Amino acid sequence: MENEVVLLDLWASMYGMRVRIALAEKGIKYEYIEEDIWNKSDLLLQMNPVHKKVPVLIHKGKPICESLIAVQYIDEVWNDRSPLLPSDPYQRSQARFWADYVDKKIYDLAKKVWARKGEEQEAGKKEFIEALQLLEAELGDKPFFGGDKLGFVDISLVTFYSWFYAVETIGNFSIESECPKFISWAKRCLQKESVANTLPNSERVYEFLLDAKKRLGIE
Amino acid sequence: MGEVKLIGTHQSFPCARIEWGLKIKGVEYEYLKEDLSNKSDLLIESNPVHKKVPVLIHKGKPIAESLVILEYIDEIWKDNNAHSLLPQDPYERALARFWAKFIDEKCVTSVWGACVAQEGEEKEKAVEGAIETLSHLEKQIKGKKFFGGEKIGYLDIVAGWLSYWLSVLEELGEIELVNAERFPCLHEWGKNFINTSPIKDCIPPREDVLAYFSFGINYVRSMAPNKA
Repeated sequence: MENEVVLLDLWASMYGMRVRIALAEKGIKYEYIEEDIWNKSDLLLQMNPVHKKVPVLIHKGKPICESLIAVQYIDEVWNDRSPLLPSDPYQRSQARFWADYVDKKIYDLAKKVWARKGEEQEAGKKEFIEALQLLEAELGDKPFFGGDKLGFVDISLVTFYSWFYAVETIGNFSIESECPKFISWAKRCLQKESVANTLPNSERVYEFLLDAKKRLGIE
Repeated sequence: MGEVKLIGTHQSFPCARIEWGLKIKGVEYEYLKEDLSNKSDLLIESNPVHKKVPVLIHKGKPIAESLVILEYIDEIWKDNNAHSLLPQDPYERALARFWAKFIDEKCVTSVWGACVAQEGEEKEKAVEGAIETLSHLEKQIKGKKFFGGEKIGYLDIVAGWLSYWLSVLEELGEIELVNAERFPCLHEWGKNFINTSPIKDCIPPREDVLAYFSFGINYVRSMAPNKA
């Protein structure tokens, strides 16, 4: 049943994209509800009263909040196909560690670039690049963080790629020149249908971010 | 023996989480006491990304981040009568993970902030914020002995610092957050938790926790920009 699985989301949300990729990898049909985050619906406030944020996965009427928790939930419920996390407990722990690193660092460092100016922005650019280079080192020679296949860490990270054009334009720098390996990994992920069909147009994200900055009063 | 090592410091509650998890599972381990003012080569090699405790080393392979370690422990030692830390049902697991994340991202941060803030409006606001985050936990524990139900589980372990470390922060910050009047269920849970074995066997002396937090608080206050 399609309305057994519902996703409350925002098209530009790199967190929501994670859940969409996971659902696509598993071939799960779902109802997508676009949320206006500047005018939050009663449904969102009811389903995520603690954070009032998207994405919220709703399965048989019950909400699961926080994107990486939703991705793990999807992997555990639909465990008969396309595993997203490794089967080995040690590999699983490493996947969780790196996804946690992405969550702790990437958004905040990118925000330092798009929300600040001058010295603060320069520091943000440096730290952002360093974080990506650390991830490049972790990737090593593997095609994906998950090994031969797209996995949990790939899903948690590749969605930020759709924001790179916006961050580069605002920050006036090139991520590819500092992190070519990262970019080639992202493009490799984009060859997968689940990723290509999910990541939005980068220029559209840039417009969204400029509008968001205005609304939030960030110059 | 020698198969499981824990790099940690007794005063740190994320490290206590791991001891509780291992003891509940009946796993023998070697505790490698770390001096955080002079980090060992082993710690830096085992956790090069964050250089923090706790780090679990199992058969020579390191795992860092307390929540990640707890899930690993639950998955490795799960046979026979081993007490499960996380719920079996995927939805219940998602809820446990949600609240664990909330505790680490919101409760710890807001309580610490309320403690560190100095007199005045800023402190009042910080205290209000901390109380608001804790009120969510009061709702979650209502009607239950432990977050895990009848037995201690993953979420109890993650919230465990509220039963002991919190009172030290309250004393240092000259604030009161959890008491029997404001949060009767959380208060009751805290008393049950801290008095249960093996939890009570891994509690550091109060003076050590006081010294540990004092140092941190003074450091943060000294870094705060002067307000005109």
